Amino acid sequence: MQTNFTEDQLADPATRRSNEILRSCVHCGFCTATCPTYKVLGDELDSPRGRIYLMKDMLENSKVPDEKTVKHIDRCLSCLSCMTTCPSGVHYMHLVDHAREYIEQNYKRRWDERALRWLLARILPYPGRFRVALLGAKLAKPFRKLLPDARLRAMLEMVPARLPAPSPSDHPQTIPAENDRVKRVALLTGCAQRALNTDINDATIRLLRRHGCEVVIAKGIGCCGALTHHMGKTRESHQMAAINVRALTAEIDAGGLDAVVINTSGCGTTVKDYGHMFRNDALAEDAGRVAALAKDITEVLSDLGLKDASHAEPLRVAYHAACSLQHGQQVRSAPKDLLKAAGFVVVEPRDSHICCGSAGTYNLLQPAISVELKARKVATLEAIRPQVICTGNIGCMMQIGSGTGIPVVHTVELLDWATGGPRPSSLGQVASAESPRAQLVSA
Amino acid sequence: MSTIAMPTPDEAIIARKSEIVAALAAALPAETIVSDPEETRAYECDALTAYRCPPLAVVLPRTTEEVATAMRICHGLRVPVIPRGAGTSLAGGALPTADSVVIGTMRLREFLEIDTANRYIRVQTGVTNLSVSAELESEGFFYAPDPSSQLACTIAGNIGMNSGGAHCLKYGVTANNLLGVRMVLATGEIVELGGPLLGASGLDILSLICGSEGQLAIVTEATLRIVPKPEGARPMLIGFDSAETAGECVARIIRSGVLPVAIEYMDDVCLRAVEAFSKAGYPDCPAVLIVEVEGSDQEIADQIERIRAVAAELHPIEFRCSRNADESQAIWKGRKSAFGAMGRLGDYLCLDGTVPVSKLPYALKRIGELSKKAGLEVANVFHAGDGNMHPLILFNANRPGDLERAEALGNDILRLCVDLGGCLSGEHGVGVEKRDLMPTQFAPDDMAIQMEIKGAFDRAWLLNPAKVFPLEASRPHREGAATCS
Repeated sequence: MQTNFTEDQLADPATRRSNEILRSCVHCGFCTATCPTYKVLGDELDSPRGRIYLMKDMLENSKVPDEKTVKHIDRCLSCLSCMTTCPSGVHYMHLVDHAREYIEQNYKRRWDERALRWLLARILPYPGRFRVALLGAKLAKPFRKLLPDARLRAMLEMVPARLPAPSPSDHPQTIPAENDRVKRVALLTGCAQRALNTDINDATIRLLRRHGCEVVIAKGIGCCGALTHHMGKTRESHQMAAINVRALTAEIDAGGLDAVVINTSGCGTTVKDYGHMFRNDALAEDAGRVAALAKDITEVLSDLGLKDASHAEPLRVAYHAACSLQHGQQVRSAPKDLLKAAGFVVVEPRDSHICCGSAGTYNLLQPAISVELKARKVATLEAIRPQVICTGNIGCMMQIGSGTGIPVVHTVELLDWATGGPRPSSLGQVASAESPRAQLVSA
Repeated sequence: MSTIAMPTPDEAIIARKSEIVAALAAALPAETIVSDPEETRAYECDALTAYRCPPLAVVLPRTTEEVATAMRICHGLRVPVIPRGAGTSLAGGALPTADSVVIGTMRLREFLEIDTANRYIRVQTGVTNLSVSAELESEGFFYAPDPSSQLACTIAGNIGMNSGGAHCLKYGVTANNLLGVRMVLATGEIVELGGPLLGASGLDILSLICGSEGQLAIVTEATLRIVPKPEGARPMLIGFDSAETAGECVARIIRSGVLPVAIEYMDDVCLRAVEAFSKAGYPDCPAVLIVEVEGSDQEIADQIERIRAVAAELHPIEFRCSRNADESQAIWKGRKSAFGAMGRLGDYLCLDGTVPVSKLPYALKRIGELSKKAGLEVANVFHAGDGNMHPLILFNANRPGDLERAEALGNDILRLCVDLGGCLSGEHGVGVEKRDLMPTQFAPDDMAIQMEIKGAFDRAWLLNPAKVFPLEASRPHREGAATCS
């Protein structure tokens, strides 16, 4: 597509990159077909192709962003389904990241919107603060109907009934492999996940140790920066990312690392992009090294090969592909192959490429679209009658879990169970009646 | 500046924008109307981005009745209407003018009826082509026309352009698979034509609608013929050392009496771009044919052997059959994404000329010569089985003068197609892209009759008025009609 940037504009590295991206778009429109918001709203302005046009116009003309442009870009989930679909290889993620940063710097949101975003950016990435906020929200939840703001109601809706105590697994430490050490890996323990669900990291650590990994929880490791990055708050996100780059670099220099393991795919997409985020920074080389080591837990396990996976009931598992995993990281078959190897019957819903509407803070900032996407996702999942739903991202777990009675677990919980770990507690009494093995037992 | 002109917009209409938008807003739900200049810009072009112009406003109705309301208002205020499906046209079929209102069908997304016993499906026309087959999947049926943009393009656009696709060699184009429509005339009147059953009585007006490029009506519902899925299908890849030999192979396959479902052609330039996206493992040679056959295992094996024998006479560099479903899927994914994937190499103009299959080798040779003379690279990817060529002229849209050179080369190639006994457009439509070349294919009398037919449906010449016919030829109609009552 033709672009009109001046030489001066192109001197800015971010604009230069956006120009390259825009030049590779041929406006073929394929991306519209797999965009969740276009499917729901049916206006091209709420599709990647329309947003690319809005961003192009805003950046080319160095405009103060207008309300409409901001509305349509805010509605983007950053699910990156368009990147999987795009035959021309348009890097939509880097373009929308740039646009969000530009909007954050040049557009003044309404006071309530600013306050909300400020609050989210100061609470979610910090497990301690988030835990306190969740406890408060739990008390307020029964009164949510009295709130005038749909976004605040959505926040309270998402508060889970059960909140775990902080887990000692998340403290800085080095945990030895169970038998001979095959790999030394660092685990990104996450931020919001640590407050919401401690089972995931516990299961991940057991799984890794069982498969010969020494697991390092690096000192100082925290939020990957994705939450603030997606709000265009570059300063905050880069600060957080830099802390992780330094913490992980110290571990690489000290004892070497074979991988940086991530079990929250939303974070994985961002950590894998650290090289790009810091490309014009003194940290560029270190960030590149960390990014190159970043792997989703299922990539690491595929590499190692699953050991003696005969311990779980062969449940019918609906695999929900998190967008950050299938589109952001292009990891598609690894989780399903592992689940099958672990003896589960794996089924997938129709339109598995479409987002569940969680998308980081999206379900809090855009509740109407998010609720619609959740309803569609839950309907397609329930239609395939699974005994349990599993996915690789805490955001999707919370989102889907708030819309269905079927238990939702993380992929690692099932793999841990199958290779000798405990049965996931959230499974409860599930399903045994329908599982073939259980029938045999009861017969 | 491009050599393709659009009529000077009517300043009087532009000046009445607020009145027009207010009239639409009074009769339609608020979220149906897009009129802010920041927002209309996204509708300034389709997949032919060389020509652009934001419309006055965009209307996105959810029902036939809402389409009718919008049309009636625009007609009453004498505002030109540009119909738009998914905006995937490569010919500028959905290009607006500054004094026009775009009416999009993308929110008409209901599947209305499936009847496998009588072999039809009835849909609202904003559904995508591929979603129709997806809806029929569990019934064991599919909708045959498969334009390469089928993931995104809508049935409305398919009807407008009489779209084809790879598998049309066996199953025919949209016109052969369209049984009936519900449509809205420029005046807002709702009309139904045809229906689920075959009907031969009376004038076949439905055939006029299919391929009328949004100039006669906006089709909001369609009844489509559906066909049972074949037992199996298998593509093979045949690589040759030259474009002409591959072209000759196509002619010989057809002449031999085998009828594959599809015969597609891709050259090395295109293969490189497509391989990067689809990872299908295409042969690395100057020209590759994808030939697909279908039926029972035995039928597939027999057809493959016959094609292998025909191809062997021309000494292909490679002859390989797809080994499994995944490989077949990757082969087709690559082929169907070819135009988009070419974006990896730069900007392009995509042509759509058709030649008799027997003239393919000569046409490919001449295109090569014209390309060399013009100093612009041309990649070829097309439906070879029915001679529907898609030369892609590569250029640099950011370099002044390049677009004009590409347009000139495109015109030379399309004239070549007509000279060889072919035509300007196989399936993309004339739009604006080939509008000024119409006289090379049609005599003035032919065009006069076509324009009279348009006038019979749209007396005020408000529907997509500046497309298909050269501006000079359509001027009296457009200007005369604007004042008619």
